[in-house]
Amino acid sequence: MSNWTLICPLEDIPQLGSRIVKPASGGDIAIFRTSDDQVFALHDKCPHKGGPLSQGIVHGQRVTCPLHGWNIGLEDGQAVAPDVGSCSKFEVKVEGGEVFLAA
Amino acid sequence: MSKPRLVLIGNGMAGVRTVEELLKIKPDHYDITIFGAEPHPNYNRILLSPVLAGEMTVNEIVLNELEWYRENGITLHTGRQVAKIDRANRKVIADDGSETAYDRLLIATGSTPFMLPIPGNDLPGVIGYRDIKDTDEMIEAARLHKHAVVIGGGLLGLEAANGLKLRGMDVTVVHLGPWLLERQLDEIAGRMLQKSLEDKGLKFLLQKQTEALIQGESGRVAAIRFKDGMQIPADLVVMAAGIRPNYALAESSGIHCNRGIVVNDTMQTYDPKIYAVGECVTHRGTVYGLVAPLFEQAKVAANHLAGYGTGCYTGSVTSTKLKVTGIDLFSAGDYMGGEGTEEILLNDPYGGVYKKLVIRDNKLVGGVMFGDTADGPWYFQLLKDGRDIHDIRDSLIFGQSLVGDVGHAGNNKAASMADSAEVCGCNGVNKGTIIKAIKEKGLFTLDEVKKHTKASSSCGSCSGLVEQILASTIGGAYTPAASDKKPVCACTDHSHQVVREAIRDQHLVNKEAVFKALNWKTPNGCEKCRPAVNYYLISTWPHEAKDDPQSRFVNERSHANIQKDGTYSVVPRMWGGLTTPNELRAIADAAEKYNVPTVKVTGGQRIDLLGIKKEDLPKIWADLNAAGMVSGHAYGKSIRTVKTCVGAEHCRFGTKLAMDMGVKLEKMLFDMYAPHKVKLAVSGCPRNCAEAGIKDVGIIGIESGYELYIAGNGGIKTEVAQFLCKVTSDEEVMEYSGAFLQLYRVEGWYLERTCHYLERVGLDYVKGKIVEDDEGRRALYAALLDSLKDAKDPWATSREPQAIKQFIPIVPVAVNA
Repeated sequence: MSNWTLICPLEDIPQLGSRIVKPASGGDIAIFRTSDDQVFALHDKCPHKGGPLSQGIVHGQRVTCPLHGWNIGLEDGQAVAPDVGSCSKFEVKVEGGEVFLAA
Repeated sequence: MSKPRLVLIGNGMAGVRTVEELLKIKPDHYDITIFGAEPHPNYNRILLSPVLAGEMTVNEIVLNELEWYRENGITLHTGRQVAKIDRANRKVIADDGSETAYDRLLIATGSTPFMLPIPGNDLPGVIGYRDIKDTDEMIEAARLHKHAVVIGGGLLGLEAANGLKLRGMDVTVVHLGPWLLERQLDEIAGRMLQKSLEDKGLKFLLQKQTEALIQGESGRVAAIRFKDGMQIPADLVVMAAGIRPNYALAESSGIHCNRGIVVNDTMQTYDPKIYAVGECVTHRGTVYGLVAPLFEQAKVAANHLAGYGTGCYTGSVTSTKLKVTGIDLFSAGDYMGGEGTEEILLNDPYGGVYKKLVIRDNKLVGGVMFGDTADGPWYFQLLKDGRDIHDIRDSLIFGQSLVGDVGHAGNNKAASMADSAEVCGCNGVNKGTIIKAIKEKGLFTLDEVKKHTKASSSCGSCSGLVEQILASTIGGAYTPAASDKKPVCACTDHSHQVVREAIRDQHLVNKEAVFKALNWKTPNGCEKCRPAVNYYLISTWPHEAKDDPQSRFVNERSHANIQKDGTYSVVPRMWGGLTTPNELRAIADAAEKYNVPTVKVTGGQRIDLLGIKKEDLPKIWADLNAAGMVSGHAYGKSIRTVKTCVGAEHCRFGTKLAMDMGVKLEKMLFDMYAPHKVKLAVSGCPRNCAEAGIKDVGIIGIESGYELYIAGNGGIKTEVAQFLCKVTSDEEVMEYSGAFLQLYRVEGWYLERTCHYLERVGLDYVKGKIVEDDEGRRALYAALLDSLKDAKDPWATSREPQAIKQFIPIVPVAVNA
């Protein structure tokens, strides 16, 4: 079983937006919230040139990297065709209005 | 409940394209069955010529692999003809007797080559030119025989002749008309084309009527005889004298036909369950034989098959490009001219260049180009847009670069470029890569090329070049949409214009309402449409629509420019380019305090602090705010800078107080968002040291007042600003500049600079609104001031409790839940 780490209340992440989490172990994680309140977490580094995905525009279940416009699927961390690449993902859950990340 | 059944007769480009469009907008709606007479999956018929010429293989021109049919659950019957349509019982009967029921039927049976009704037209060695089988037969004949005759000097005939010549045959083209391609070219261009093809070794017999084909001892065709008694050897005869719509099946089933299957503007036949698209249909009395119109028809048919009922096909203007390597030829629209038209001609027989433009009522209606087709796509776009060309008429024939578009043009003749030549400087994409992608992936539009190759996806200055490469690779299949009809993005079929008008006319004030009213295909848009819609909302309903930060690109959300390493740059505003020792001291202090690695002076007379971490932004802003400075908006689609010279304040030549005027303008426009960035300049005399000639609004002081220039650009598209008018007072400068910018704010499409906007609407239109209509100008100016009346410094508001959250990373504390 995962160890869940409390991150923040769900409302601290804007809908169609994100927050950056800085774990003690290093390596920024981007937490995204969709328009229907699903929450996803990806390594905050685009597989293309390392752009901060947390700063991109979230739409549907995708985020567009702010640097060169790659689209990354939030659920699987895969770049949307025709681009190819993947980004590591993390387990997240929402319970009682609070967001938890699998540590 | 079982799904309704859709049957498609004809596995060609028009029919399968319709299915693709349908799957895009309503997947899983139908059980789909496709009948194809040929034994192949759908392939790109346009590229048969390169296959014949040995430049490509059959495998390379397949558009939809068998896998595609499987993945989409489509039942495909290849090599099977449909013999009969039983309309009463809604089923089709194939030639093997099998029956397939339908709820909707789509007929796309294409066309067949016209075989001249002359003796010998059924001999072995006499073929039409239509499909893979014909192509294989020609390749085989070229291996075994010597003399080829192509009947018909049209596009297809010339491409066939070129291919056979390249395969080593001795080729003669026989043509009934007075010159080649008389349906696409005027006489001069036709003769120039003939000369270039003769230089390649082809022979021509014009105005020759064929009487008979003569059988040789082997039983195969051996010669061709003309009405005048002349006879030449022929081991292979290719009939390319035209195509005939293939509508026999429809007609025998009792569907109304007239030279083709008659359809209405929704692509529906006289039987409401049956639709038809492609070369087999007659629409408003016209049969189309090029691919581009068929694709437009496919979109409309798919819209109705999906049950949306909103698509309307009103006919197409077509353009032609001959796909013979090394020959540049382009024609479009009404190229012959005649009553009521005027012509602009450029004829340089020595240089091998000929251009003719046909104009009616100040609009381009057609054109022919030979030798230099670089501007073909641009002319074609002007033609489709129906833009008034009165103001660019005197330089129109010399092409887009002389009308204004210089700047990063680089190489602008696609045909003469080597495959290794770089086309897109931003992403390092060369010509060969683009051609390969177009051919292998079956791309037809600029957007598809952008997506697959990244060419032209950044600054876009090479898009004209990419369009040319597209046009020369796929020929007549390439048709740009009229500018005002191009969809905003893949989320919608609506154009920027339609979205703007809907927001205004239906009083829509948030993105959800826009997406609902216009049937957006995605739940919350994408990175392309959301910023556009957000801008349209806040510019149309300034105090009513609420800005949506999540629809802003990162720079506008963070009020700073993101850099390649994820840090940001900060540019404090210096009104009119003026600063003080106190401000400089505060900037220096901040640069040291936040370890700013780079401090740079910008082109717009500001100081840029680069390399700041996002979490430090609110702190550095607070320090700069404390010294009296505000955001420089160096990151936004917004007012950037007003550049000034020192003016009459100090300069011995100055006639006007340029710095003072600049500061007043910049204060007036503070926090103004626009379709794209906006830069101004004020010079105090005609020496113009502030470079006002390349700004969105440029102001030059003269003894008697000010000259106003608009829509200049010094970046992506070097464009000299155009003279708008002369005014006398400072107040008038504010009013005229403000009114023009407001016009651009409410009419410009998102990401359109003022120079693009002006190119689209024309200078006369803007003068009509700003110079000639006093009341209208005052209203625009008032609207601008009203929408900016509660402008706030985004650096200050970003430090409010809710807004500041985005700048603060979360550092989790481990607990077990």
